[in-house]
Amino acid sequence: MKFTLSWLKDHLETDATLEQICERLTSIGLEVEDVDDKASFRPFVIARVVSAEQHPNADKLRVLMVDTGAGAPIQVVCGAPNARAGLVGAFAAPGTYVPGIDVTLSVGNIRGVESRGMMCSEKELEMSDNHDGIIDLPADAPVGKSFATYAGLDDPVIEINLTPNRPDCTSVFGIARDLAASGLGTLKAPVPPSFKVEGETLVKVKLELGEDTHLCPGFALRLVRGVKNGPSPRWMQQRLIAIGLRPINALVDITNYMTFDQGRPMHVFDAAKVKGDLVVRRAREGETILALDQREYKLSPANVVISDDNGLESIGGVMGGEHSGCDENTTDVLIESALWDPMNIARTGRTLGIITDARYRFERGVDPEYMAPGLERTTELVLQLCGGIPAKTDVVGYKGYAPKVVDFPVSEVKRLTGLEVSSEESGAILAKLGFGVSGSGERLSVSVPSWRPDVDGKADLVEEVMRIHGVDNIHAAPLESHTSVNGKILTTLQIRSRLAKRALAARGMMEAVTWSFIPKAHAELFGGGAPELALSNPIAADMSDMRPSLLPGLLTAAQRNADRGFADVAIFEVSGTYESDRPEGQRRVAGGIRRATASLSGAGRLWSNPAKGGGKPVDVFDAKADALAVIEACGLPMTNVQIEPGGPAWYHPGRSGTIKMGPKVVLGTFGEFHPKTLGALDVSGALAGFEIFIDAMPEPKKKATRTKPALELSPFQAVRRDFAFLVDKTVEAGAIVRAAAGADRKLVASVNVFDVFEGASVGEGRKSIAIEVVIQPSDKTLTDEDFEALTAKIVANVAKTTGGVLRA
Amino acid sequence: MSDLDTLKQTLLADVAAAGDEPAIEAVRVAALGKKGSVSELLKTLGTMTPEERQTRGAAINALKNDLTDAITARKSELRDAAIAARLAAETVDVSLPVRSSPAERGRIHPISQIIDEITAIFADMGFSIAEGSDIETDYYNFTALNFPEGHPAREMHDTFFFPPDENGERKVLRTHTSPVQVRTMEAQKPPIRIIIPGKTYRQDSDATHSPMFHQVEGLVVDRKANVANMRWVLEEFCKAFFEVDGVTMRFRPSFFPFTEPSFEVDIQCDRSSGPIVKFGEGTDWMEILGCGMVHPNVLRAGGLDPDEYQGFAWGMGLDRIAMLKYGMPDLRDFFNADVRWMNHYGFRPLDVPTLFGGLSA
Repeated sequence: MKFTLSWLKDHLETDATLEQICERLTSIGLEVEDVDDKASFRPFVIARVVSAEQHPNADKLRVLMVDTGAGAPIQVVCGAPNARAGLVGAFAAPGTYVPGIDVTLSVGNIRGVESRGMMCSEKELEMSDNHDGIIDLPADAPVGKSFATYAGLDDPVIEINLTPNRPDCTSVFGIARDLAASGLGTLKAPVPPSFKVEGETLVKVKLELGEDTHLCPGFALRLVRGVKNGPSPRWMQQRLIAIGLRPINALVDITNYMTFDQGRPMHVFDAAKVKGDLVVRRAREGETILALDQREYKLSPANVVISDDNGLESIGGVMGGEHSGCDENTTDVLIESALWDPMNIARTGRTLGIITDARYRFERGVDPEYMAPGLERTTELVLQLCGGIPAKTDVVGYKGYAPKVVDFPVSEVKRLTGLEVSSEESGAILAKLGFGVSGSGERLSVSVPSWRPDVDGKADLVEEVMRIHGVDNIHAAPLESHTSVNGKILTTLQIRSRLAKRALAARGMMEAVTWSFIPKAHAELFGGGAPELALSNPIAADMSDMRPSLLPGLLTAAQRNADRGFADVAIFEVSGTYESDRPEGQRRVAGGIRRATASLSGAGRLWSNPAKGGGKPVDVFDAKADALAVIEACGLPMTNVQIEPGGPAWYHPGRSGTIKMGPKVVLGTFGEFHPKTLGALDVSGALAGFEIFIDAMPEPKKKATRTKPALELSPFQAVRRDFAFLVDKTVEAGAIVRAAAGADRKLVASVNVFDVFEGASVGEGRKSIAIEVVIQPSDKTLTDEDFEALTAKIVANVAKTTGGVLRA
Repeated sequence: MSDLDTLKQTLLADVAAAGDEPAIEAVRVAALGKKGSVSELLKTLGTMTPEERQTRGAAINALKNDLTDAITARKSELRDAAIAARLAAETVDVSLPVRSSPAERGRIHPISQIIDEITAIFADMGFSIAEGSDIETDYYNFTALNFPEGHPAREMHDTFFFPPDENGERKVLRTHTSPVQVRTMEAQKPPIRIIIPGKTYRQDSDATHSPMFHQVEGLVVDRKANVANMRWVLEEFCKAFFEVDGVTMRFRPSFFPFTEPSFEVDIQCDRSSGPIVKFGEGTDWMEILGCGMVHPNVLRAGGLDPDEYQGFAWGMGLDRIAMLKYGMPDLRDFFNADVRWMNHYGFRPLDVPTLFGGLSA
């Protein structure tokens, strides 16, 4: 919402400065977004052309001597056809910035003649589009004085960022009312229009909306005959230009002026172009209208229109039709002041993509009680600017305004804001804002004025009192502090998410935050792409579907880095993936990938690893280590964790695994990727990744005590024994480890694989797996016989479960 | 010169000439071994008269002691030389590089770090952390928050929609973290003190708007929390978060459907040095958050009687306050996973924000 200072002062009697006004506007909730104090127009002065001689070297140029009221006349070269001796115009000296042509003047030399400034056109001063000649003022214009002041160009423009709840401040008058209530001045009471009415408005209005009378709760129409429609006066044009509107003709300008001055959108029809009565009805499916913006709109019964015997004449409350618009030939004008349903206007505007000042106001709520007075005021302006004879107004549909009455205990102000405001002051503030206040003492009965549809209850009245009394009077008061030390405030999921992040970062990975929505093709590759997870209105085609996995986003991110020359990338993300559109369908996942040589010990080639050429590409075991690190960091007992070969389809089937806890709980997956997946994502290079489902981890058991179990140290030394087993190539090392450990759960403390060998010497399809078994006696030193017995048990158990044979 | 003197000189010369441990050992065996020259002399002691023993015997013993000392000293010399030689041979070029520490390479994203900072501050004020899902119903995202159907305020949110279900209802990507307010009130009786960090989505994209961004919401509901308390919470938060001694804040009346009265809050700052914003000084104002008293309709939607309970709520952009504090110029970079950006603006994993250690110290 934009307006000028002088416009505001039409309605507000005040001595306050521009700065004070702006400060107050912001402090009462009408945030000043921008102020143009028009300082750039200050250097222009009124000057008289003393003489105008033909330029010696150019037919179309003249050399002027200009009296600027200060010192000797100044020489200016000018090309304007109307430049002549005696002309009084606007002069700009060298160094002046000329806004209309975006140029800062300097002393020029035009075809051999020096020019020390410029006489300006209206276009150059952004007064109009007129560039046919220089400004030609009446002869008595005061030479040497500020042109901006003379022409009203120094009227500051204020723009406020209006919140959608304040339709009353879509008008300069409403803003003045708010400022006056805050004590910044006095509201000037409008003088009721008075003019003589002659005859009837012959065109009748019919509301044909059936049950849905709320769509048009009132319609007032008046005919004014014999108008003369030309340009509107300069003062009106200037105000409209200042707020960014283009003057068109007096009748149209008056409607625009009313829209901003009173927040009352009006419409004018050229009566000669209207045939029959005006009918307000729902549009028929597929009906079209050529609107005032020269575009054709296709309508539906969701839109309310004004039609006549010619067809559609207007989209009610949104935009008029081109057919019956007013132009300089209009002699009889029909002035419409109507009310429309805010929700319907909003929907119509949205579906048709029309943004107008009328829609802006109607969808917020136009004062119903001003429908008829607004028409009177508009008529008055038409009579002043265009003449004519007004007929009697025809009003249909309007049922009057029944104000909401709010029972208001004044103590609510203190309860909600902490402010001490007396009952008298509260009542006075509300009254100044136009509320009806009755009762006294601590309980007031407050009726809401017709221009405040936003005010519903007590809390709204508290806000009114508070903002006018002054928010700055509210001083910080500490929140009651707790009386004991704060306990744990994070949930297990929150704690585990934080631990996962810190654990992965401590493993040299960088945390990324990638988009929750990914291309449909990528979602489908990773098991997603369900219709209920595809956005209806994605911001871009490749941000269309909620991600089923963190991996596609991380893989493509790694590729982008590689394309920039950073091939060794280790990145992770701990965030949501989406299995369904329900809250429980949102998983909490820790996912990560490593690319090229970005292993735990660091990326790149290093002298200490010469056997491998200084660098080793990442593989499934890097991913597995990361995955297990997350599980460990989250505090899950690793003894319950099992690794199964293979994973979802996007992994390499022979180089991936699934991490489970018990038969049902899948904790995660890891592996190298399927070449087809990488191909489809258009990424390449050595890549290994994992995902851990943090939300699948069971809650830790509640501990009865924080005391750790006593440390039991055996007095007997642990013994290490190595075994090598020959097994089929398909046998998992994990099976051998489990078999060895299970041979004697008391004595075997741990089992570790330290070598895996395949080669001709062990036979086709076979491999040798070497393990180290740590034996920890607990009650006596083991004898040779004891060792032999244990060894036999280990060998037998491995043979039984894996078919492995002890290697000789 | 006596024979003993001659022997001594010869032997000491041998000790001095021994170049390594085997050579000195040979000298020792030759002199002090079973058949060694000195040992042979010692054997003669038994046959000597008491007088001889006092003179010659003493001289033989002295010879033995001198020789033993000389051998020990030479051995020690030789051992030191051998160690020195080995050490010299073992010398490496210590300027060769080592692997960097993974904990120094790794990075925590600024968003995670900021959430930890905020958690540390609000935990101290007795708040806990609540979360919600990104995909929300229209009810929790709008209706329960007092956005009337068709109200222009809904349009200001540039909502992402999902296709309508069989009942014609469309899920949305939550446009703010506020849905968690009502979900929390439904699940828990007052007093409530929560903060809600999380992802939010709007259909908007430029240097300061991203279709996905982060907000943190706060909610206090009890029987007396008012605007003055809210002012205190927010001032204390901003002071602690921006790590300055004081902040000046300006509360401007504003409008949000889910609060009444509502405010936008500006913070006084110095923006004169380009993109770097300094808080606690200067004469500029910068909008930093929106807040207000929880609207009676929202309390009702949460199952609370607005005449019995009251409270306040606020929301701010996490990415935005991260940018203000740490100086990232463009919001879109947050989601690009560019390792150069992560390395520069990210945080080391061991730098866990605490109040006792300073948030970012």
